[in-house]
Amino acid sequence: MRYLPLTPDDRAGMLARIGVATVDDLFSDIPADKLLKEPVNLPHHAGELSVERTLGAMAAKNVPASSVPFFVGAGAYKHHVPATVDHLIQRSEFLTSYTPYQPEIAQGTLQYLFEFQTQVALLTGMEVANASMYDGSTGTGEAVLMAHRVTKRRKAVLSGGLHPQYADVVKTLSMMANDAVVAAPADVNGTEDLARLIDNETSCIVVQNPDVFGNIRDLRPLAAAAQAKGVLLIAVFTEALSLGLIESPGAQGADIVVGEGQSIGNGLNFGGPYVGLFAAKQKYVRQMPGRLCGETVDAEGKRGFVLTLSTREQHIRRDKATSNICTNSGLCCLAFTIHMTLLGEKGLRQLAQVNHANAVDLAERLEAVKGVTVLTSAFFNEFTVKLPVNAAEAVEKMAKKGVLAGVPVSRLLPGEGFDDLLIVANTEVNTDEDREAFVNALKGVL
Amino acid sequence: MLNNQGRPTSAGEAAAQSHPTFTGNRALIIEEALLFEIGRPETTGVDVPAPKAVKSRLGGQERKAPIGLVGLSEPETMRHFVRLSQKNYGIDTGLFPLGSCTMKHNPRLNEKMARLAGFADIHPLQPQSTVQGALELIEMLAHYLMTLTGTEAVAMSPKAGAHGELCGMMAIKAAIEAKGEGATRRVVLVPDSAHGTNPATAALIGFEVKPVPARADGTVHVKDVKELLGPDVAAIMLTNPNTCGIFEPEIVEIARAMKKAGAYFYCDGANFNAIVGKAKPGDLGIDCMHINLHKTFSTPHGGGGPGAGPVVLSKRLAPFAPVPFIRRKGKKLELVEHAADAGKATPFGRVTAFHGQMGMYVRALAYMLSHGADGMKQASEDAVLSANYIRAGLQDLMSVPFPDHPSMHEALFDDTWLKDTGITTLDFAKAMIDEGYHPMTMYFPLIVHGAMLVEPTESESRASLDLFIMALRDLAMRAKRGETERFAGAPFHAPRRRLDETRAARNPILRWVPPQPMQQAAE
Repeated sequence: MRYLPLTPDDRAGMLARIGVATVDDLFSDIPADKLLKEPVNLPHHAGELSVERTLGAMAAKNVPASSVPFFVGAGAYKHHVPATVDHLIQRSEFLTSYTPYQPEIAQGTLQYLFEFQTQVALLTGMEVANASMYDGSTGTGEAVLMAHRVTKRRKAVLSGGLHPQYADVVKTLSMMANDAVVAAPADVNGTEDLARLIDNETSCIVVQNPDVFGNIRDLRPLAAAAQAKGVLLIAVFTEALSLGLIESPGAQGADIVVGEGQSIGNGLNFGGPYVGLFAAKQKYVRQMPGRLCGETVDAEGKRGFVLTLSTREQHIRRDKATSNICTNSGLCCLAFTIHMTLLGEKGLRQLAQVNHANAVDLAERLEAVKGVTVLTSAFFNEFTVKLPVNAAEAVEKMAKKGVLAGVPVSRLLPGEGFDDLLIVANTEVNTDEDREAFVNALKGVL
Repeated sequence: MLNNQGRPTSAGEAAAQSHPTFTGNRALIIEEALLFEIGRPETTGVDVPAPKAVKSRLGGQERKAPIGLVGLSEPETMRHFVRLSQKNYGIDTGLFPLGSCTMKHNPRLNEKMARLAGFADIHPLQPQSTVQGALELIEMLAHYLMTLTGTEAVAMSPKAGAHGELCGMMAIKAAIEAKGEGATRRVVLVPDSAHGTNPATAALIGFEVKPVPARADGTVHVKDVKELLGPDVAAIMLTNPNTCGIFEPEIVEIARAMKKAGAYFYCDGANFNAIVGKAKPGDLGIDCMHINLHKTFSTPHGGGGPGAGPVVLSKRLAPFAPVPFIRRKGKKLELVEHAADAGKATPFGRVTAFHGQMGMYVRALAYMLSHGADGMKQASEDAVLSANYIRAGLQDLMSVPFPDHPSMHEALFDDTWLKDTGITTLDFAKAMIDEGYHPMTMYFPLIVHGAMLVEPTESESRASLDLFIMALRDLAMRAKRGETERFAGAPFHAPRRRLDETRAARNPILRWVPPQPMQQAAE
């Protein structure tokens, strides 16, 4: 067995040194009738080649995004990740290290976390950011709990433009924690009036921008309305790249900003692992969930970094902690940080512009197709179209023609009368030919 | 000695004192500035094509002011992050005896498999007909997990151990509410020795946490549990093997007592590596247990994540598992994403967007296929053997708080043996760094004074274990001889000396800010 260095002789010698006859003597606290005598009923060990064949055969049954014209988004986005990113995150010292609880030998991790926190704070327009959450959806749940702690109220208002699966995560957590949730109806056009849902018990309003249908919203009026009632505005995003082009939520008055960072540095991975970005105003820092990396000095006065404000966290505060989170998304943060370093301000803005321009180009092409309406007037790289046919069926048929066309709204919101709506994303990976293929495939199923 | 070009070939005078360098670097340990001190707003390490000329549709919401980000060219980026990496200790660097964390070898085959385009480059919302192989992989991993744990169901989507705990406790809460006992069963029993995530999780969803005392032998006794049981108790959260590295001898009786009282048994599976293939938690009577794929099944810890925390469930909790889950429909696999489609099941909700940590699933399954049933059993035996070997090699010098039980996969010491030396557990741990080791888990579990929890895993050779034992023996004898300076100032040879954590917390600096102009700073 290639992962086990001990030889039979080693094992015998070690047992003798310990002073027991067999290894099962070390398992003597397990009730005898529960100790397994034989290996469980699963196949025995296999060499690399065999494992590669088994898993390779499964992988071959799937259609990778890179192999077809690809327009699927709604919370996860296909972007090009530079080769440098994947090389660097596989360096042993990053890949096989632990949470940096021993800072003297973890300055590599700690420094990139400090850089990550700075990048996230800048991008979101907030004062502080933490060292990541699992993903955007769980981060949104944590943001709501944080708002409850800050305001000492326990009702959240969710926008109808919030990704339905994010909304479900918040609803589940709130139901379990006995907190109230008011969810606005699905808002395809981004025109809802959320301020009217605020009452004296409201702790926060959760609004996504661009929303799940692609609408870019102006958060300022809502921020003002929330602030007037002592309600926190939680701004959510699922496409981090959009922040390269549109106004930051911080500048629009958000109190907490939470989102999905997958777009920068991380692949699609069928939904995970991703990286939750979490930022807030400085005054709320002690109510934040998750790890925070801070600057300090060592015994010789040299600058160094440590995990800090850990009295908020579960390993110190136990049942009084701000969250139960422990492991977060370390290596995905690193991928984010490296990709963002490569992009820089200039590259990020340019990449965002390319995304927007490609999406506008596709919208123009689709507007020329009879019976198809683009519903989203202001968008970044994603918008919703109304088809003259069932969108889920159209997507299936188009997939058979080798085009992955988008996310039918009915996949996220079944049975709500949105069967003809399709959410279409268009990033830098799509070429003119891809968009042409999309339009042709679509025409073929109308 | 000189070679034939006149170049000295022996160390000679070089053996003399070290000296400060001009750069502050020490050969391979290079001082690396922050990205924001070396990057530039106009620099980019990617070549992005010019955007198509189109009429913008941003609705007037474009950014006006600069973001403040900086960039580096590709070679500079490479160097920045490689230099940072060199300040980190990883499993590939050396023995990583961090108790409760299972820092075992991370096979690179796992990494290769996770990067297959058919797994890494598929979208969670693309048509299910185009991801049948991915669903097949998740189903197979689920089968492996249920077989190894002897359970009926598994919720795959939790993102890490604590998230798995949350998912499991939510299932318990849903089951209690389904019986109409939601208002009364509000107490969760948590031993003092538990991981901090346990009480934090229970409190997060409104349970009241009641501690269970640990007995003098480091285990939880069924008698103590029974005394706390009543109609108000929802569940117990118990780690097994426990955080003292002991298999709870009365676990079957505890499980029976919970069931009899109408309550549930949440088992924290962080220490599952000790018993994979040796005992099935389901056979012991537990109701649910999260499995840290990043501990037991070798997916990398990555400096603090990402992890994955699937939760196995007993028959009585299975109907409450959250969406999504996979179901067979003829020859096809189907992902059930909405409660309305769940048939007879009554999912309690959803714990994350999408379907969980696919990238970790591939790695874990690659590991399980590689090891097989025989190899996984052997791995657990080797992990337990190695921990006991370390204990046997150190117990004459260092104090073992619970000598009556064999250790499972980790050996626990306390600081009784350091009494009157002036040296603390922290000092001892930091001195290990100078010897080239990552310290063991310190000051945990909380019930043991100055705890040192050593988990070598099955990945070490006997020679590696022997050297570790000898190094610790040497340190222990120096401690007992009173060589305090070696410990109080440690580490001496790491990229940084001991860091001032108090200062970091008192005046938190959590991001880089541009230096103030001189005049402003003076004001």
